Amino acid sequence: MDRAEVDAKIRSLIEPFNKKGVEIKDETTFQNDLEFDSLTVMDFVAEIEDEFDIIISMNQQAEIENYGQLVDAVHKLQADA
Amino acid sequence: MSEGIIQPDQPETHEAHAGDKDLFSKFDDIIALREGLLSQGREDPFNLVMEKVLSPTRAICNGRETILLGTYNYMGMTFDPDVVEAGKQALADFGSGTTGSRVLNGTYQGHKECEEALREFYDMDHAMVFSTGYQANLGIISTIAGKGDYIVLDIDSHASIWDGCAMGNAEVVPFKHNDIEAMEKRLKRIPEGAGKLVVLEGVYSMLGDVAPLAEMVAVAKKYGAMVLVDEAHSMGFIGENGRGVVEDAGVIDDVDFIIGTFSKSVGTVGGFCVSNHPKFEIMRLVCRPYVFTASLPPSVVATAATSIRKLMHGSNKRAHLWENSKNLHSGLRELGFKLGTEEPQSAIIAVIMPDLEKGAHMWEALIRNGLYVNLARPPATPAGMTLLRCSLCAEHSEEEVGQILEIFEKAGKETGII
Repeated sequence: MDRAEVDAKIRSLIEPFNKKGVEIKDETTFQNDLEFDSLTVMDFVAEIEDEFDIIISMNQQAEIENYGQLVDAVHKLQADA
Repeated sequence: MSEGIIQPDQPETHEAHAGDKDLFSKFDDIIALREGLLSQGREDPFNLVMEKVLSPTRAICNGRETILLGTYNYMGMTFDPDVVEAGKQALADFGSGTTGSRVLNGTYQGHKECEEALREFYDMDHAMVFSTGYQANLGIISTIAGKGDYIVLDIDSHASIWDGCAMGNAEVVPFKHNDIEAMEKRLKRIPEGAGKLVVLEGVYSMLGDVAPLAEMVAVAKKYGAMVLVDEAHSMGFIGENGRGVVEDAGVIDDVDFIIGTFSKSVGTVGGFCVSNHPKFEIMRLVCRPYVFTASLPPSVVATAATSIRKLMHGSNKRAHLWENSKNLHSGLRELGFKLGTEEPQSAIIAVIMPDLEKGAHMWEALIRNGLYVNLARPPATPAGMTLLRCSLCAEHSEEEVGQILEIFEKAGKETGII
């Protein structure tokens, strides 16, 4: 799956969590722009993990602050899997 | 999940603001929140002082005689005459403290006797006593799961488990609370050859719910994981011999490590890990929270050992504690309170409050009427709930449970919650 396909999939997965309808750009941050709390993060990460059949450990999550970084990380993880 | 006060169990990272000089400015939000709560003229739920302790179930709190329903003193051992006597004797014979690490000058006869009592209690080969329960989780988890290993844990785990994960170098993979399928999916995705540790709790302390350990331990074993179960809130009264939910679920022989504490049913302070792992004793040399701290005072290990031995024969007390738990659960339900579990699953009954403000109001009404419970609030609670957490004691009489229900009814009506 190339980066654009990963991006498209994650974009559809994030929709139900994007309650305020924030415009999603690569630099959109989860904590400040999307205001995800820890429970939302857990549910959202679980959706992505199930969709791509990968693990995004908390250690990896700590490095991911914005949307673009998430797409990059998932793209790499699913290519390695 | 822990009795965490106003902090989440998972460690937070505070964002620094540009230009800040005062390192304390990162706490401004929490300072404001606390001041807001206190400015409404409320008693501070997190600053209660017990001026006198009359028994395991009664104290003078803020000048009032109060029934204690939030102490985790499940078996009421704190004033047991044999336990108190053992502590006095050890204090006289061995002095007030060891002033040393377990691996240097801090292992006395009493520490060995305490570990012996634990081995007998759990019928396991090895027991290691830590200075607190927090250090037991911190030490064992951070030491056994290293770089390249995976820790799979319940998202509602206690702060000491999260901190053990944070202190080590393993990959940390949480799953949805008590969700067997979510746990299995994660285990399945771990790369082949990686070491795996599954961390579970017998009783989760926020809602008082029990984990489906029979299924979870079987799944963990299917994927070749080692299993650690924290039984802090079950020791002494769940399972035929009081060994915890692992015993009740019939999986104690499949579990690699049980973590426990002396600060609940045992009635003093300290923590431990018991295990049948043939190499377990090496932990005493490599586990930093065990090595780099002073050992427990002789009086503490003497009270703990005496208490543990008495808990082996505590079946009558155990039965009474379950009666209390059932009576309180059904009584609160009949009064119209919303509870954390459908059925009483442990000695913790969590009463769910509509929001933080009403919860704080209700807590204050209870304390004014002479009843102490724990106020638990987000982010320490699951799903952002505000809870009034009640933990029962085997020494609560049937009449006392009746009194507790009367106070709940009065306070609930005063605050408009029921």
